[in-house]
Amino acid sequence: MSAALALMPDDTPLLRVEGLTKRYGAIIGCENVSFDLRPGEILGIVGESGSGKTTVLNCVSGKLAPTSGGVQFKTRRHGLANIHELSEPDRRRVQREDWGFVHQNPRDGLRMRVSGGANVAEPLMNLGDRHYGRMRQATIDWLNRVELDISRIDHKPRTFSGGMQQRIQIARNLIHAPRLVFMDEPTGGLDVSVQARLLDLLRELVRDLDLSAIIVTHDMAVARLMAARLMVMKGGHVVETGLTDQVLDDPQHPYTQLLVSSVLQI
Amino acid sequence: MNAATNTAASNASSEAAYYTHAYLDEQTKRMIRRAILKAIAIPGYQVPFGSREMPVPYGWGTGGIQVTAALIGPRDVYKCIDQGADDTTNAVSIRKFFATVADVETTESTADATIIQSRHRIPELPLREGQIMVLQVPQPEPLRGLESRETETRAMHAYEEYGLQYVSLYENISAFGRIAGGAGYPVLVDERYLMSPSPIPKFDNPKMHLSPALLLFGAGREKRIYAVPPYTRVRSLDFEDYPFEVQKWTQACALCASHESYLDEVILDDSGNRMFICSDTDHCATRRADGHHGSMSDFSLEDAEQSRTGGERP
Repeated sequence: MSAALALMPDDTPLLRVEGLTKRYGAIIGCENVSFDLRPGEILGIVGESGSGKTTVLNCVSGKLAPTSGGVQFKTRRHGLANIHELSEPDRRRVQREDWGFVHQNPRDGLRMRVSGGANVAEPLMNLGDRHYGRMRQATIDWLNRVELDISRIDHKPRTFSGGMQQRIQIARNLIHAPRLVFMDEPTGGLDVSVQARLLDLLRELVRDLDLSAIIVTHDMAVARLMAARLMVMKGGHVVETGLTDQVLDDPQHPYTQLLVSSVLQI
Repeated sequence: MNAATNTAASNASSEAAYYTHAYLDEQTKRMIRRAILKAIAIPGYQVPFGSREMPVPYGWGTGGIQVTAALIGPRDVYKCIDQGADDTTNAVSIRKFFATVADVETTESTADATIIQSRHRIPELPLREGQIMVLQVPQPEPLRGLESRETETRAMHAYEEYGLQYVSLYENISAFGRIAGGAGYPVLVDERYLMSPSPIPKFDNPKMHLSPALLLFGAGREKRIYAVPPYTRVRSLDFEDYPFEVQKWTQACALCASHESYLDEVILDDSGNRMFICSDTDHCATRRADGHHGSMSDFSLEDAEQSRTGGERP
């Protein structure tokens, strides 16, 4: 890990996770997870189901209180702060203003009862915008950016295909210019061609906006394409970490070797 | 409001002596009064209370009846309206209920009443100091349509996170080109708590702003009481480029020629004839007694029916 960090440009991290442990009673969710994330950097967390990827993501994004350990984030309002020591309204404000969260299932990240356009505009309203015309224009701009047909702006999310719902979710999570986006299997339930187009789009957006992101995935190809750095998890522990190409081309840990060799080849 | 000191209905008629004064037992009334006091202390905040089984089904005004029962005293004058009218089934039976169990004088006149229970309307006649308006509320949570988790809506109220409410207004404009919601239009009370003003038309929203009367809201099924104390600021939500506006009619009331009141459309026959009349029956009757006449003030449904069928009745 330290070798990988040394290669990074020398600026202070946006996010610093130290000794993060989460236990569900006697069961270990994750144990002693530490990493830094710098502005503009994308970290991939890979591992099999039940390896603790999502637990890490939920603890880091403030959705779940860790048993021990800290999550420091450089907030716009409070400077560098431990997310879990902020008061609840302050933490919710950081989540609203500085972060985005893209769920695997768009149903978890969208309001299914309101139109796609309103879904995209909601973060602006949460931040206090009270001008309809301005928000409408921003929504149209973002629907164009995620390559959605703007004539369908007022349709309900259920009338969209899975890939289109995921595009709405991405627009909704980027419209308020967050600095860090959490993605939990962002292309999980999609077929390969839609997945490829979506990944292409995501990669472009993340680069253009100079976003930092943490992507949880079990798909090595997604990790390869999106992440600069990789963290491999097994049984709640980080077993290997490093630059993505390094980890995937020359895996050191037996589990990582197994993981890489299990990828299906066509 | 007069303190109900008599625990038993000492001067009630013999068949009603079975009940405690105003139906509810004294401990329940104390509990509801405490909730009301808390609601008044925190304008717009929904105070939970132990809603009781009432002799009418939920949705028929159980919340309003309990609030009234906790407040009403022997010297009160009680008025009950439903959709603005004093003579609809619900209004008549609730009025009769309190005449029986609380032995109070009842009235149809807004000016004479000390407690006015209502659903769907605030009377046209401006309320005065000392009057209490009790509104029956089906759904006290304005955010419920967008967020179904109670824990989440409570957090939103606690932290003043009301962006979500604007999503419903946004939806309205994108669908209809204007904020189309006609009733239960959300308001911000004293610039702090978001409140659903029961399903009154948005036409009545401005009447709540700095009202000299106390406004109480009771939701029986949802077990919540909230209040707008006298002279409290009440602001209807809107967008900078789509300001709040109330319903307008091109017609005047067909009975009393009023241009200022909230009008109901009444279909007269199968050939599309209709009339617009005041929804507030007391307001309309008072104006007609004062000599105002609308275009159809001598209209009679029987005559119209007779002329249509040529005098033959089916």
